[in-house]
Amino acid sequence: MRHILLLSALMLSSALMPVVAYADSASSVEGKVQTLPDGAAVYKHVCQGCHMPDGKGAEGAGARFPALAGNPKLQSAEYPAYVVLNGFGGMPWFGVALNDQQVANVVNYVRTHFGNHYTDTLKPEDVAAMRPHLTVEDE
Amino acid sequence: MPSAHSSPPTRRQLLTRIGTLAGSAALYQAMTSLGHAQGTDFKGPPALGGAKKGTKVLVLGSGLSGMLSAYELRKAGYDVQILEFQSRSGGRNISLRGGDTVTELGGATQKVGFAPGNYINPGPWRIPYHHQGLLHYCREFGIQLEPFIELNHNSWLHSTGAFGGKAVRYREFASDFTGFTAELIAKAIDQHKLDDLVSEDERDHLRTAMKSWGGLGKDYTYKKGNISSLRRGFARPQGGGIDGAPIPSDLFARDDVMKSGLWNWMAFHERLDMQTTMFQPVGGMDQIGKGFTRQVKDLITFNCKVIALHQDQKGVTVTYNDMANGGAVRQAQADYCVCTIPLSVLSQLDVQVSDAMKAAILAVPYASSVKMGMEFKRRFWEEDDQIYGGISFTDQQISQISYPSHGIFSKGPAVLLGGYMFGPAAYDFAGMPPKERLERALAQGTAIHPQYRKEFSNGVSFAWSRVPWTLGCCSMWTEEARKTHYKTLCSVDNRVVLAGEHASYIGCWQEGAILSALDAVTRLHKRALGAA
Repeated sequence: MRHILLLSALMLSSALMPVVAYADSASSVEGKVQTLPDGAAVYKHVCQGCHMPDGKGAEGAGARFPALAGNPKLQSAEYPAYVVLNGFGGMPWFGVALNDQQVANVVNYVRTHFGNHYTDTLKPEDVAAMRPHLTVEDE
Repeated sequence: MPSAHSSPPTRRQLLTRIGTLAGSAALYQAMTSLGHAQGTDFKGPPALGGAKKGTKVLVLGSGLSGMLSAYELRKAGYDVQILEFQSRSGGRNISLRGGDTVTELGGATQKVGFAPGNYINPGPWRIPYHHQGLLHYCREFGIQLEPFIELNHNSWLHSTGAFGGKAVRYREFASDFTGFTAELIAKAIDQHKLDDLVSEDERDHLRTAMKSWGGLGKDYTYKKGNISSLRRGFARPQGGGIDGAPIPSDLFARDDVMKSGLWNWMAFHERLDMQTTMFQPVGGMDQIGKGFTRQVKDLITFNCKVIALHQDQKGVTVTYNDMANGGAVRQAQADYCVCTIPLSVLSQLDVQVSDAMKAAILAVPYASSVKMGMEFKRRFWEEDDQIYGGISFTDQQISQISYPSHGIFSKGPAVLLGGYMFGPAAYDFAGMPPKERLERALAQGTAIHPQYRKEFSNGVSFAWSRVPWTLGCCSMWTEEARKTHYKTLCSVDNRVVLAGEHASYIGCWQEGAILSALDAVTRLHKRALGAA
């Protein structure tokens, strides 16, 4: 676990650096993030581009966007929170774009929609605890 | 200076200060003199040759890196075969024309309705002059290029929170920003505020430079008049005959200029990637893919969905579904493999490589990007606004509108790039049905071009995160991930080597695919000859 936390610390601190190698991107300024007041909004504006509006994911060339509907990996709220914060494989990290409340909201939303009925709730404090501690220098 | 200098600035802080104070042109100069910011390091095509007769190489993917790998390896004497998932070659090098169909993950299908001759490049669309690898092969393969207009002084800059939400001309803004900045520096010199930073001799040079660079008057101020209007444009333009005298234009208020944020778009064009001269292929970006395809067409088998890549001491075995024959499971064998499958896909396949290589394949997220190709009944941007090519920028989600660099002055319908998004806007647009994306792009574009709705004909959107064969746009390396994984990703793993923009420092550019392929086949060749 220790090395996983360390890894996420590295990823997050690098994600905070202003320069991400986008090369032929539209701009170094990515435009504003819209207000995302609840989990449904986060899902709609950030997640469904890949995981689809029905949470069923999609199949591509021998690869896929995993379904969130009926996905056993959602049993523990920490797992989706970790993936949202740090990314996984081709999925980018959202630990910078989303605050603790928004991460908690979207995790809770996903775990109570698309046929999922988990009753435990992730709190923003739980998300905060998953973030690496940043020194003043890092920030 | 009121604040104490607590410690000498680091190199990065120094560059940041130069950039903040003097603009990106100065920053770029400083970076160059400090040894950063260079072009790509294409050193000519590889001279491989002398392959052991009968040695087989399997190339996975027929994008530019795959096709170039195949081309150079065959030239070296290898027996090459390419497996491609799609029923077309070219990979992310693609153009859309009338009659084409775009089906994305999630099932939405769009039929492109452009008039004959019109196209949009949903992937790469411009080529910097210093991407000499790509340019070399364009020449070698007879692909005709034309200038791509990146910077247009008459285009619009728009921010919802600046200048009352009204778009301003690039030339007006750039003149005023430069002029006011130069005036401030000249004033600071005159008031001895830079004495502790700059020697007397240098102050004189700097002061003279500010006058010339900023378009200042004899009194070193930037003000309304002929000097400023010869940059930003006149209120009444210069004419001929008896009433030809021009009337100078009013300047923007300095604080409006400074707080607008629009200087971001001035800095944008100063990036090495975006500097003039840029190029595009005549007739659409896919002319490059087609040019490459002409060289290796006989080697490509289409509709092969790779599911596994295994290797041992004797060779490599690739297992794939033959999608042209009901997904029948087939195998292809070779001595070596060049794998150009995007990491977003490869990371989910059964790949037999070292643990370190597996970790590297998993370490690179893919950016999301959306482009909007929109056809209008006429070139109103040219006819009404005198905008010939180039880009208008906005802080709305669409981020920019780019006008075609080709077909200028022609009559009839034309296609512009009505939005090009990365980051949050791209995630949002990708999640919308295509119809809603178009509606948004129309609504946002109207803030810059009031003619938009009246002149609109049809459009298509391309969301890269919904493309089945890439599941994203391009690789997004962090510095940390590079430190840990980049060299492993590029190394020859027994009999397998990866290539593509993801295995380069020029990620998301075609040049990255070219240079990566050349490096990969050069090292694979050495390995095959037993030298590595």
